[in-house]
Amino acid sequence: MAFEGLADRLQNTIQKIKGKGKVTEQDVKEMTREVRLALLEADVNFKVVKDFIKKVKERAVGQEVMESLTPGQQVIKVVKEELTALMGGEQSKIAVADRPPTVIMMVGLQGAGKTTTTGKLANLLRKKYNRKPLLVAADVYRPAAINQLQTLGKQLDMPVFSLGTEANPVDIANQAIEKAKEEHLDYVIIDTAGRLHVDTDLMDELKQIRSDVNPNEIFLVVDAMTGQDAVNVAESFNEQLDISGVVLTKLDGDTRGGAALSIKAVTQKPIKFAGMGEKLDEIEAFHPERMASRILGMGDVLSLIEKAQENVDEKKAKELEEKMRSASFTFDDFLEQMSQVRNMGPLEDLIGMLPGANKMKGLKNVQFDEKQISHVEAIIQSMTKHERQDPSVMNAGRKKRIAKGSGRTVSEVNRLLKQFEEMKKMMKQMTNMQKGKKGKKGKGFNFPFM
Amino acid sequence: MSFFKKLKEKFTGNTETEEVSDKYKEGLSKTRGSFSSKINDLVAKYRKVDEDFFEDLEEILISADVGVSTVMDLIDELKMEVKRQNIKDSAKVKEVISEKLVDIYYGDEDSSVEELQLNDGELSIVLFVGVNGVGKTTTIGKLAHKLKSEGKNVVLAAGDTFRAGAIEQLEVWGERVGVEVVKHSAGSDPAAVIYDGVQAAKSRNADVLLCDTAGRLQNKVNLMNELSKVKRVIEREVPGAPHEVLLVLDATTGQNAMSQAKTFSESTDVSGIVLTKLDGTAKGGIVLAIRNELQIPVKFVGLGEKVTDLQAFDASAFVYGLFADLIEENKE
Ligand SMILES: Nc1nc2c(ncn2[C@@H]2O[C@H](COP(=O)(O)OP(=O)(O)OP(=O)(O)O)[C@@H](O)[C@H]2O)c(=O)[nH]1
Ligand SMILES: [Mg+2]
Repeated sequence: MAFEGLADRLQNTIQKIKGKGKVTEQDVKEMTREVRLALLEADVNFKVVKDFIKKVKERAVGQEVMESLTPGQQVIKVVKEELTALMGGEQSKIAVADRPPTVIMMVGLQGAGKTTTTGKLANLLRKKYNRKPLLVAADVYRPAAINQLQTLGKQLDMPVFSLGTEANPVDIANQAIEKAKEEHLDYVIIDTAGRLHVDTDLMDELKQIRSDVNPNEIFLVVDAMTGQDAVNVAESFNEQLDISGVVLTKLDGDTRGGAALSIKAVTQKPIKFAGMGEKLDEIEAFHPERMASRILGMGDVLSLIEKAQENVDEKKAKELEEKMRSASFTFDDFLEQMSQVRNMGPLEDLIGMLPGANKMKGLKNVQFDEKQISHVEAIIQSMTKHERQDPSVMNAGRKKRIAKGSGRTVSEVNRLLKQFEEMKKMMKQMTNMQKGKKGKKGKGFNFPFM
Repeated sequence: MSFFKKLKEKFTGNTETEEVSDKYKEGLSKTRGSFSSKINDLVAKYRKVDEDFFEDLEEILISADVGVSTVMDLIDELKMEVKRQNIKDSAKVKEVISEKLVDIYYGDEDSSVEELQLNDGELSIVLFVGVNGVGKTTTIGKLAHKLKSEGKNVVLAAGDTFRAGAIEQLEVWGERVGVEVVKHSAGSDPAAVIYDGVQAAKSRNADVLLCDTAGRLQNKVNLMNELSKVKRVIEREVPGAPHEVLLVLDATTGQNAMSQAKTFSESTDVSGIVLTKLDGTAKGGIVLAIRNELQIPVKFVGLGEKVTDLQAFDASAFVYGLFADLIEENKE
């Protein structure tokens, strides 16, 4: 696929400039070229990319390389830091009006997910903040849009205000607020029709609603799959309405989501929530840091680098690498590695952090369920020293003994043995790749903590 | 004769195509306006064809969502061509650019307009697929109108039983256009609705059955399987059907559209694309890469929310729309 993560892309470059003490201008140039491509492939707007690269260059050149990092990783670190700074911190608070009701206006392009998000926010407000929202059907244009909101209202058992399709959206909004006051509902969420930012008539309608109801929040709802046009849309909506925040939808898809970066860069408004599915509880606070990693497509290489620095003894890592390479990796090493790795956090996350790991079929089949880790440990601990060094001696009797000793079943023992072999094979593959036997596309593989 | 001359002739030679190009120019005026005014700026700025020129060109194409790898390839080819022909004048380069873009779209294939493949005199079935909110239901409404006005007897099947209000939405379109809508209640099995749709279409001797489906993200394996099942029902009930599987893509979508095209093709064997929302400022340039890589042609473009806002897609016209000013400038 065209989507190569930055980490994958950078492998070659990193290899080339490994082992230098200082990041040179040439290093940075090579690295930033890859960073640029990765960001563009992730749909970050080209202007935003340009500014970003400039900043990274300024910062990265001449930096001392931290002890356990390669110059390549050092540049990634700068990239990640700049990216995270650009994305800002987590901000998922919803405004509260001094005098209720608090009014939230939902705006955005057609098909972005405003109505669904309206339902989700209402659900969140009630569940998390114990609020009583009123949903307002102000989309009088799209066929059955009102019906859609009413259905969501029914599902949530929440009131929906509608005046049908003949009424004017401005009147609908005004009357809804009166209604909320009468009924002592403390939030009003206005679901407006999707519209193009260049549609002057419809944008004027939003401005009119805005000046009439004086909303406490105006959320721009944007599809995470949006391409280069995201800057035009966000800039235009923001200029015309002075939005207060952004909700990014459909993040449960496989898009890199570079639009997030574009939007943040041009509006300087916080992305507050992320839509993660079609169900009404599938909304989350937006995590800028996670998003930065996702855009770069590098898992969380940097945090792995950082964690590795803290937890992995350099010398042991070297030994491990040697063992992997020669495939003399034993269950003892496995146990040792597991305890080291465990200090770094959930294993699945760690695997996700390895660049290229998601592409390795074998790795996907290996069980990394956190719960099973202790089972695995128990099984290994029940093996004799000999068995740990050389699993090929394993037979039915030994397996039975191990199963009994660890309180697991024989089939679990078998599974582990199989996985171990698989893993060994894979490690050999990976270290071979790393040594320069290039894959088809010439991409290397590297454990970032080595 | 150069491609460019052919194109010019095509648009100025006879009235029929002229009409098409006018419609395109109107519908795509924003697209064309910003795209070609950028190319114009570019060309005015650069007398010489040098690195800066190509860098700016790269940006223009990337900003149209053509996709970075396609753009790189294109730029490489252009550079080679410029070198080969020893072009120094940037106006001439414009010609080569346009040629290459249409080239990328068509590759070696015949560059005739790709039409909807429908059976004459027999029931034809069109299945609509795509991610959430791209415009499937709206496109069905528009296409139903188009087919009906061509004298065809059309039936719609409300296969989106999941999204709130989806059935009612299609019903409104059915009323607007004046065609029958086959539906079940919300939450029921989409394959069953489609099955009934096929039976209804058969018994009414309909010419075309348009099947709506719920939007779904392509990485949801269960939902993609559900879609394959819907398709199998159609295949089983009418040999040779579905006659078209149309993937609806939102022009605002960036590089993920490629992943959509790939995955939906795997599960439903997509035969064509409808590119919607071209009335906005997005360019939908990714269809060039999709055509190039997956050989899926664009059949229609959506240019608004009205029932008449659907146009047949013509790549030459599309590119012509993007470069119209430049081409006209070139006329002596
Ligand atoms: N401006 C513009 N809007 C469009 C176009 N096509 C569809 N829309 C709008 O986009 C929104 C979503 O369209 P739908 O037809 O509901 O999309 P869908 O793919 O059926 O959506 P789901 O069924 O929810 O997955 C609606 O507001 C449509 O009016 C187009 O060509 N231009
Ligand atoms: Mg629909």
